[in-house]
Amino acid sequence: MLVLQQVSIAYGSATVVKDVSLSLQQGQIGCLLGPSGCGKTSLLRAIAGFEPVQTGSVILADKNLSEPNHMIDPEQRRIGMVFQDFALFPHLTVAQNIAFGLKKKPKAQQQQIVAELLALVGLPTLGERYVHQLSGGQQQRVALARALAPEPEVLLLDEPFSGLDADLREALAQDIRAIIKQRGISALMVTHDQFEAFAMADQIGVMQHGKLQQWGSAYELYHQPANRFVADFVGHGALLKGEVLADGKVYTALGVFAQTQSTFTPGVALDLLVRPDDIVHDDQSGVTAKVVGKSFRGSHILYSLELEGAEQVYCLAPSHHDHQLHSRIGIKLELDHLVLFPRA
Amino acid sequence: MTSPLFSRTITVFALLLAVPVLVVLGSLVTPQPQLWTHLLDTVLADYVINSLVLALGVGLLSAGIGTFTAWTVARYQFAGRTLVQWLLLLPMAIPAYIMAYSYTGLLDFAGPVQSELRLWFNWSYGDYYFPEIRSLPGAILMLSLVLYPYVYMLARTAFRQQSGSLLEASRTLGLTPRQHFWKVALPVARPAILTGAALAMMEALADYGTVQYFGVTTFTTGIFRTWFGMGNQLGAAQLSALLCSFVLLLLYLEQWSRRKLKFYQQGQKQQEQSRQPVQGLTGFSLLLLCLLPVIFGFFLPALQLVGWALERLEQLWSADFVQLLINSFSLAALTAVVTASLALCFAYAKRLSGHWSLVLPVRVAAMGYALPGTVIAIGVMIPLAALDNSIDLWAERQFGIRTGLLLSGTLVALVLAYTVRFMAVALHSVEAGLMNITPSMDNAARSLGESPVGVLKRVHLPLLRASVLSALLLVFVDVLKELPATLLLRPFNFNTLSVRSYELASDERLADAALPALAIVLIGLIPVILLSRALDRSNRGAT
Repeated sequence: MLVLQQVSIAYGSATVVKDVSLSLQQGQIGCLLGPSGCGKTSLLRAIAGFEPVQTGSVILADKNLSEPNHMIDPEQRRIGMVFQDFALFPHLTVAQNIAFGLKKKPKAQQQQIVAELLALVGLPTLGERYVHQLSGGQQQRVALARALAPEPEVLLLDEPFSGLDADLREALAQDIRAIIKQRGISALMVTHDQFEAFAMADQIGVMQHGKLQQWGSAYELYHQPANRFVADFVGHGALLKGEVLADGKVYTALGVFAQTQSTFTPGVALDLLVRPDDIVHDDQSGVTAKVVGKSFRGSHILYSLELEGAEQVYCLAPSHHDHQLHSRIGIKLELDHLVLFPRA
Repeated sequence: MTSPLFSRTITVFALLLAVPVLVVLGSLVTPQPQLWTHLLDTVLADYVINSLVLALGVGLLSAGIGTFTAWTVARYQFAGRTLVQWLLLLPMAIPAYIMAYSYTGLLDFAGPVQSELRLWFNWSYGDYYFPEIRSLPGAILMLSLVLYPYVYMLARTAFRQQSGSLLEASRTLGLTPRQHFWKVALPVARPAILTGAALAMMEALADYGTVQYFGVTTFTTGIFRTWFGMGNQLGAAQLSALLCSFVLLLLYLEQWSRRKLKFYQQGQKQQEQSRQPVQGLTGFSLLLLCLLPVIFGFFLPALQLVGWALERLEQLWSADFVQLLINSFSLAALTAVVTASLALCFAYAKRLSGHWSLVLPVRVAAMGYALPGTVIAIGVMIPLAALDNSIDLWAERQFGIRTGLLLSGTLVALVLAYTVRFMAVALHSVEAGLMNITPSMDNAARSLGESPVGVLKRVHLPLLRASVLSALLLVFVDVLKELPATLLLRPFNFNTLSVRSYELASDERLADAALPALAIVLIGLIPVILLSRALDRSNRGAT
């Protein structure tokens, strides 16, 4: 189990990671998601032992790896890493790259491990090639095999798909997830792409300005975002102006709703998060809204709809419901729970 | 990351290498009105005008030859193209001063060309006009013939990297291929051509052997004359400072166009343009045109040298020649090791800390490549002589013994000057090698269980070997070819191939000078061959 306790990281006087705590169970895949410069890569490097922590501690299997003024060397940590640029050694063959971290093992065993890993990542015949003879996706697989070879307890992946073509990413993400799950180790990935995070991770942490905004499953991030930033960063959505009425219910342009947890007192101004899948298109419905924008997504069309009072929401409709711009279409609300933020 | 002791040592070494430049520029602080009035009244105008005309002439001519050959080789497919593509680099192997006296031997009154002409047309002395090679235009021609490869190399890469769709875009917008060259291809390659021309002009300003042999008075010959003829060391330093300002101007031009180079080559898809096939007579004439600079810049002078050397073949086993070889090789090897080791330290210091207190001195130390050997020699001589004098004085007072010239009259001065001059060559090579080792490779090796020392051994050492070797080789060859600094700083009675060949040629013993000259040319071929292979590789990488 990997545990971070109130970790802060600073470069000089600039604090780039503030007070981050999280834990990753054995066999779980975690992901740090956030815009560039949010501190996610610094956090990953601190776990690997390339950056010192200013406060807090990094604990792996009950062993303290990093504390202020105390750092275990990266080579002593049993943490594997896949780098953004893969960092494969150009002077070595694929097999020699994978065997790099196995020098303490006898030759025969090294060869056996290399062969197993090459088979695992789907490149059983490429062991004698040099790195520059491989495609980007193949290099990625070699980098993974090399990191897995010394049997690390945790695998770290820094933007592992950013250098690859879009159509390659999804297939590779599925493969790599399967491989990590098959090895039964924990993994922590860093990315700025939420779809990569959804495809790979069991637990996702959203970071902004060096702080961990929320740590949870993809479902939780999408449907129960902890704050406005998470709501905005993960998925599409619109915020509708709302107000708490005297009886504690919330009034919005889409109607009046009871609060799931009545935390807001009457008179407070609020914003209600409405996801595209909260609004269901229904030609029979009496409630209508005006189409002001549409974007074809293959199986679905994402409509931008204008409500009474000029507020806008999104609606995801099956793509054979092809309506004209400026026409009015019937909608039905399917709000399971209210996500409310006090208005800034 | 680095220990303070290490970075301080590196800073000291880098500052030490910056001393010659600073001494030369610092000489301006002590005014010498008498000398300068004298110079102004007599030769200064000659120095300035001749140096400028020489530099500009060499810049224009080498840009012309280099651009034409680069465009032809990059854009047309004709019989013999692959061969001529690397033959065009050969003239780099011949130092300009060796060209100068080879051509003098070929073209003077008693030489084969004029003799044949007289025989054919039955002329005798005074019947005909023949251009004098030993002149300013002659010097421009000699220097351009060996320096155009700078432009050729950079322009060829620039033309190669121009996307194929660029020509297609021009054609769809109504330009003929000829108009495309003038309106698009040439402007896009301009930063590369300018960079090459600036490098050639710097070399032209640095030249001493050619202009001295041809009797053209320039800054470099003036510095020698002021130092030895007038015995005015400070004056020589001040002239050097003036020459430096011209060079720094060129250096600025070079750096400025290099920055543009990055900008111009950015954002263009590397879509290879196929070469236009040219057959028959047109193809043959293209081949011939591209061969002209090679014939005049390499084969003709080389054949002349071989002819002379064959006449004096018995020299090859003489004790004198063997001694020359030993002197030159050991000096070059010593300098190569010192320079490459220092370059390695500098490069690592920069990689590990990147603090300005390290980066700035290293950058100043690497400026030496732009400075003429003459200037560096003066900058080394003055402080070392002062140091020798004070040590001598101190030793006499303390122990009653005289130490004499401890440093300035010895190989120490020479090696120091070479190190200053060629540090940039070694640093460039080592830094390029180190750049291929990304920081994440270090991290990857560490997280795979390797200690810092282990990372050096298993990752850095094997990956750096080639670039350190090429740094050693480049410095070795450059030292062998270097003339003016060696002339000024060599210990008494210590001769090298370049000095000996130059002295013999100056005494009009051209045939005797050929063997050492040929040795320099042959060794000079090694880096040219390596360079052409590296160029081929980078061009293939772009496809």
